[in-house]
Amino acid sequence: MKRHLLEAADLDRADATLVLDTAAQIDAALAGREVKKLPTLRGRTVVNLFYEDSTRTRISFELAAKRLSADVINFSAKGSSVSKGESLKDTALTLEAMGSDAIVVRHSASGAPHRLAHWVRGSVVNAGDGTHEHPTQALLDAYTVRRRLGRLEGVRVAIVGDVLHSRVARSNVRLLHTLGAEVTLVAPPTLLPVGVGSWPAEVSYGLDPVLPKSDVVMMLRVQAERMHASFFPSAREYSRRYGLDAPRMAALPDDAIVMHPGPMNRGMEIAADVADSARSTIVEQVGNGVSVRMAVLYLLLGGGVQ
Amino acid sequence: MTSYLIKGARPYGGDAVDLLLKDGRIAAIGESLAATGAEVVDAAGLIALPGLVDLHTHLREPGREDAETVETGSRAAALGGFTAVHAMANTDPVADTAGVVEQVWRLGQEAGLVDVVPVGAVTVGLAGERLAELGAMADSAARVRVFSDDGHCVADPALMRRALEYVKALDGVVAQHAEEPRLTVGAQMHEGDRSARLGLTGWPAAAEEAIIARDVLLAGHVGARLHICHVSTAGSVDILRWAKARGVQVTAEVTPHHLLLTDECAESYDPVFKVNPPLRTDADVEAVRRGLADGTIDAVATDHAPHPVEDKECEWAQARPGMLGLEQALPVVVQTMVETGLLDWRGVADRMSARPAAIGRLDGHGRPLEPGEPANLLLLDPGVRSTVDPAALASRSRNSPYAGRELPGRVVATFLRGIPTVLDGKAQR
Repeated sequence: MKRHLLEAADLDRADATLVLDTAAQIDAALAGREVKKLPTLRGRTVVNLFYEDSTRTRISFELAAKRLSADVINFSAKGSSVSKGESLKDTALTLEAMGSDAIVVRHSASGAPHRLAHWVRGSVVNAGDGTHEHPTQALLDAYTVRRRLGRLEGVRVAIVGDVLHSRVARSNVRLLHTLGAEVTLVAPPTLLPVGVGSWPAEVSYGLDPVLPKSDVVMMLRVQAERMHASFFPSAREYSRRYGLDAPRMAALPDDAIVMHPGPMNRGMEIAADVADSARSTIVEQVGNGVSVRMAVLYLLLGGGVQ
Repeated sequence: MTSYLIKGARPYGGDAVDLLLKDGRIAAIGESLAATGAEVVDAAGLIALPGLVDLHTHLREPGREDAETVETGSRAAALGGFTAVHAMANTDPVADTAGVVEQVWRLGQEAGLVDVVPVGAVTVGLAGERLAELGAMADSAARVRVFSDDGHCVADPALMRRALEYVKALDGVVAQHAEEPRLTVGAQMHEGDRSARLGLTGWPAAAEEAIIARDVLLAGHVGARLHICHVSTAGSVDILRWAKARGVQVTAEVTPHHLLLTDECAESYDPVFKVNPPLRTDADVEAVRRGLADGTIDAVATDHAPHPVEDKECEWAQARPGMLGLEQALPVVVQTMVETGLLDWRGVADRMSARPAAIGRLDGHGRPLEPGEPANLLLLDPGVRSTVDPAALASRSRNSPYAGRELPGRVVATFLRGIPTVLDGKAQR
């Protein structure tokens, strides 16, 4: 493993598989235990440095670090020195001077974790940067697929929605490709980046032809405000063309699953009865997120670092 | 006034001769010249070129003296072999009145290292809404001939048309920052494969090309002079070639960084490589080099854009666009145009001195190295290769995209009207 986890491309197939296997071992070790805690990172300090509001990701990382017995500091940009104009670099150096071993960073600027990694000696984990990447989300998604379907090699994954602005999509395309899955991106052309042709993925402008050939459908959050910038004419039109409702779900192969990184816009990209169906892994993904993040922190801080 | 006898220099890379500089002019060129009382400069092996002229420099004064001043920028220019630089108008206050352009001009005179030629804003406050008093700036002591809202595009087509027409009476030229603003909202880098992967909002080539296409049509229609700043795309070169073939009075410049660097630099997310227009692709670099070689692009202009550390040592999206250029412009041109065989030394002199001086309507600059001409020249050691150290630059800022790069050629001396501003590679004031 590299010292940092900045993007999915930091993981080769062996590293990515190691993370998933480690998450599985952690799950097995904690299964049925009343005290869900391992002593592995006792005495180590993990800082959650969050420049964007993200309660679920922050809590997931916090829980992961605490279950490994690390000391956790939550540093939210709001109401801190950052709101008084402190730079990312000064904040990073301050946190490091206080003895942080790892910084988990969420930032609205693409590449902010890369800059951070230049300035600190400890590990940096990207918890989502702008429209770039969100590698632990991709890991937890891969972990979820593997648990449900038993494999990743050859699994056909459709990623549907606002690919242009999605860090989840970028990380998933890269990681799923690394792990041998076949990815198809489904979106209106306005929500695909120029240059998507160079990605290791197929592209479809229509959802219906893709569904019967998909083992996994991953729905991305689509912000209704995008229609104001003419990415699509209206929320209803988007939903009609790209939303996953019950009739569309029926077109999927029998054992196919439906995923969503959350938070969902019910009725926009995903219908309520789909989100709550037996095919849906949405709640499971949240639980798996903690295990996978434990695995990442363990491997970066506890051992396995070259 | 001290005379200088330059011994053994090679004008335009030709045979070694002596040059006698006296009373601000080149008094004589010949073999084994002798002059009593003249200070001798040993220039064996050095190439002599006319002093360089930059059409596009940001000196930041008034307003951002923490990034650069007219004096520090002038020193960087002299060390780069320049004898004249055009100072862009996006200062604070904006150079949109006779008062501000005269202030900048006077500061340049006081620094005395290069002729600082102010550029006047096209519109009041660079706001793109109404014309600044272009005539007052043209008639001022600063004698403004180049007008630009650089940093902003004059996006309103009707306003652009009027500006093009109006400056005809001033023998002026509008230098357009070609960027359709509606196509570049939030743009961070060249739109293509790399921006898609890096998650940085794309700046499409079409946003530059659309404005150039529009403006060459307007310039042709009203019979006015138009200059295009920092051409960065292959498509722009094609449009300029087409317009010139039709007889449109359009000229264009390319920056050193667009001749050398590509969007691959953005992979580091190091904002020292963030610039507007952005670094483009290999194919674009190849096209602008060929365009400069065949004269479709008239000039190399630095777009020297100093920024303080805090505006660059941050997240990419938060960083200010722009990079230093004055001190490395000639070495970059040597590497990208001379060593590749695309330009000879006369070509370098044409694109970096004669043509930019003509575009800016500068008297006394861009003249050939001949007896009787103003003694504005530089001496270059073409054999030296050195690694760029931003800390060693004369600019007040450090945002050089060439840090750690080895580049060919070193400016040993620069003369402004017969007075050395640089000798032995050191600024003389």
